Amino acid sequence: MPATQSRINDFVLKIATVNGTGSASANGLLMQALFRMGIPVTGKNMFPSNIQGLPTWYEIRASRNGYMARSGRVDIMVAMNAQTYQQDMNNVSPGGFLVYDSTWPRERSMTRNDITILGVPLSKLCNENFSVARMRILMKNVAYVGVLAALLDIDLDIVHALLEETFVAKPKLVEGNLQAIRMGYDYAKANFACPLPVHAEKMGDNAGQILIDGNAATGLGCVYAGATVGAWYPITPSTSVMDAFTHYCEMFRTDPDTGEKRYCIVQAEDELAAAGMVLGANWVGARAFTPTSGPGISLMSEFIGFAYYAEIPSVFIDVQRVGPSTGMPTRTQQCDLMLCAYASHGDTRHPMLFPANPGECFELTVKAFDLADRLQTPIFLMSDLDIGMNDWMVPQLEWDDSYRPDRGKVLGPADLDKMERFVRYTDTDGDGITYRTLPGEDSRGAYFVRGSGHNRQGGYTEDSKEYEDVMQRLLIKWETARKMVPPAVMTRAKKKTRLGILAYGSSDGAVVEARDQLAQQGIHTNYLRIRGFPFGTEVLDFLHDHDTVFVVEQNRDGQMKSLLKLETNNPADKLVSILHFNGMPITSDCVVNGVSQHLAAEAAA
Amino acid sequence: MTYIAKPKIDLPGQKRNVLGLLQRDYEGSMSTLCAGCGHDSITAALVQALWELSIAPEKLIKLSGIGCSSKTPAYFVKGAHGFNSVHGRMPSVATGAHAGNRDLICIGVSGDGDSLSIGFGQFGHAIRRNLNMLYLIENNGVYGLTKGQFSASADPGSTAKKGAPNLMQSINPVATAIAMGASFVARSFSGDREQLVELIKAGIAHPGCALLDVISPCVTFNDHEGSTKSYAYTRLHKHQATAADFVPAAGEITAQYAEGEVISVKLHDGSSIVLKKADSDFDPTKRSSALGYLEKHRDLGEIPTGLLFIDEDWPEMHAIYGTAAKPLNAFTFEELNPGREALEKLQREMR
Repeated sequence: MPATQSRINDFVLKIATVNGTGSASANGLLMQALFRMGIPVTGKNMFPSNIQGLPTWYEIRASRNGYMARSGRVDIMVAMNAQTYQQDMNNVSPGGFLVYDSTWPRERSMTRNDITILGVPLSKLCNENFSVARMRILMKNVAYVGVLAALLDIDLDIVHALLEETFVAKPKLVEGNLQAIRMGYDYAKANFACPLPVHAEKMGDNAGQILIDGNAATGLGCVYAGATVGAWYPITPSTSVMDAFTHYCEMFRTDPDTGEKRYCIVQAEDELAAAGMVLGANWVGARAFTPTSGPGISLMSEFIGFAYYAEIPSVFIDVQRVGPSTGMPTRTQQCDLMLCAYASHGDTRHPMLFPANPGECFELTVKAFDLADRLQTPIFLMSDLDIGMNDWMVPQLEWDDSYRPDRGKVLGPADLDKMERFVRYTDTDGDGITYRTLPGEDSRGAYFVRGSGHNRQGGYTEDSKEYEDVMQRLLIKWETARKMVPPAVMTRAKKKTRLGILAYGSSDGAVVEARDQLAQQGIHTNYLRIRGFPFGTEVLDFLHDHDTVFVVEQNRDGQMKSLLKLETNNPADKLVSILHFNGMPITSDCVVNGVSQHLAAEAAA
Repeated sequence: MTYIAKPKIDLPGQKRNVLGLLQRDYEGSMSTLCAGCGHDSITAALVQALWELSIAPEKLIKLSGIGCSSKTPAYFVKGAHGFNSVHGRMPSVATGAHAGNRDLICIGVSGDGDSLSIGFGQFGHAIRRNLNMLYLIENNGVYGLTKGQFSASADPGSTAKKGAPNLMQSINPVATAIAMGASFVARSFSGDREQLVELIKAGIAHPGCALLDVISPCVTFNDHEGSTKSYAYTRLHKHQATAADFVPAAGEITAQYAEGEVISVKLHDGSSIVLKKADSDFDPTKRSSALGYLEKHRDLGEIPTGLLFIDEDWPEMHAIYGTAAKPLNAFTFEELNPGREALEKLQREMR
């Protein structure tokens, strides 16, 4: 028997299944049950670009310390997919457990001496207890929930309550599901020493916390920001942003009496059109956005440059996925920074916001609309598949009813009454932002939007000085943006140090955990989490104040490091990349190893 | 182009429309197109039609893509907001604008390159959504701004200025639009002001996407012998399939027509289009009849003009989506934001 550490409320459970067998609801049930036991929990769905038949995994991490990243280990593997059985077994950490369907004999070569292998005849049990073929497949998943409930000591009353809530409209389904759970539970109790040394224990009730994915939070943010027009072209992993926006608009924006919709969602013919629609709607003064992913941004680039030069507010939500090209659509990366920062031909620059979790997706989405209206320019919300499509435990979203949107510099008929003549592109107060008017209001405010050369009056020009004048003013606006994007967040080490870690977005969780582990090894690091681009002075200060700054990011080429080199005057050799780009969410191990290996190499040199 | 702007003189006895505006008030900045360009005639027809319809300039938006045609929104109704977008993408900007404010009267000006090549997809989808706009194609069969390449509407066998023949099929925007399910399809000629003005008015009144293809000769690159988009060729081969009279809501149909040759289409705003047909067998309310008529006259080497197809009952975009009658940009933030309490309640289900 291999040595197993006792790990209470500190384990990783990974479930390997076949896509399209209905395992998602079973896995969600497990995660939610742990959440209701008050244990901090995260779930990562590693799914294929496929509807049915390819392997898929779901990884649940319970962490009593509240660490939200992947750790790199697997304590319990549920191997339900014969196709990946060998690989799944290899992935179990020494001392861990493998649960498999023992209805059919396992190949003799498939064994390991340093883990415990637990066979449960799940198919056999289901075939004996359920008569309908589809039920036999679905209930196999529910049955492993029962097995795990016994092995991990998950509260069955909570599981029961969750099932009743899920099937409130179809109470008959509760019965079948409960039967399957009981079946697995009883088998495990009768055949194994339950619970395992690795198990769950009630910690509280996670009051004030919710489980939500980033795309739902983003869609909700669009509703709360007052966006009325959404234009999009379906693309993984951003599709569920529009699903959420649609869902919440149906809930909150449909007139209960007339059925009239206070929103308009246009599924465009392609991403180019989606971008054009966003510009058109914002031009007339309706808040509009498009959710997309990297390939969509590539297609939208022409319009993005147009919006930059013609100064049209617009919100682009990039839920990043693995590139280049089609890449791996269902895997995560932070690989569109360079693309979005300078999207389109000519001299263009665009503000970006980096949410680190679904809570920030909500908050920064609202911020994105305010910035777009204030700065009259495209704003990019840089989410990714890990944040967008996985369930995260975050503090409840807060809303302040006194919030009112910042619509920026917009003149109406009453303002025009006081003016001798309206001109579109003249900066009157030095912040580089000029006044606009909305179509439909007043002919005195009429102007002509164009992507061709224009002067400060808005007229067509090919005059060198007039062209330069507008381009120089856009740089002043860029400096204004620098002060308006959300500042970076600094977390200091407990001890004075010259080592810094800089990260952004979904790499945050891994860095937070890695810093604690490094500190235990005596390596202390200050941490700066970037939330906005252009970089504020706090970023320059951080770079200045440290001898070595580890830049943690999920791409191959160190795109944030490149941006830091391009946009700041700091010596490039103090920036050390820690890169993770295999498509799976970054682990804390990756950061720990990156830092310690660099320091060891430096000491040896 | 001309370098001398017309002087702004209010001549005594000039007619004013219902809004008290002169026709001059519907003009824009000076055209920079070549002297004799068909597009300038279309601009003049737009000025006349919009003035006669008494459309308030601020209620109008003018959009375009890229090319000679797309420059023209600057040349009419200076008091309307304009949007000169990117090549072939005018329909998407118009879609967004109309999504955000459905009360705006939307005129999109495009060309054969803009709509039938680079923007072919957006052209099709504006029609598919039945976006409430007047969609004008100023069709000259040639790329003017880049000096004379064939466009997708150039007819097979027609020649370029230096004599090279076009060997490819031409894309016919009118037949294509009808086949795609358009609700209003018309064709006219920049040299026929009378017909053009009536079709512009009918197209604006039509509650949906009104496609108006206007043969508009390019005097510099496509007005030679061998061209099928020249003034001479078009005058010789155009065949008026229908004569349309636009009758505003308050107006009265006074003219007398022989039975069978005339149909009257009533629009939802109370106005009507009275159509006098050249051929009693042709029914412009039936798609198959319209397509058959076009093919028949293509074989005869003719260019049918007039209102060629109409289905005034097909719902426009907002009717399809069920959008509120009030423009979306007119809702207050309070009407759009669910508030703190709703957010709290919603999150009870996220545990």
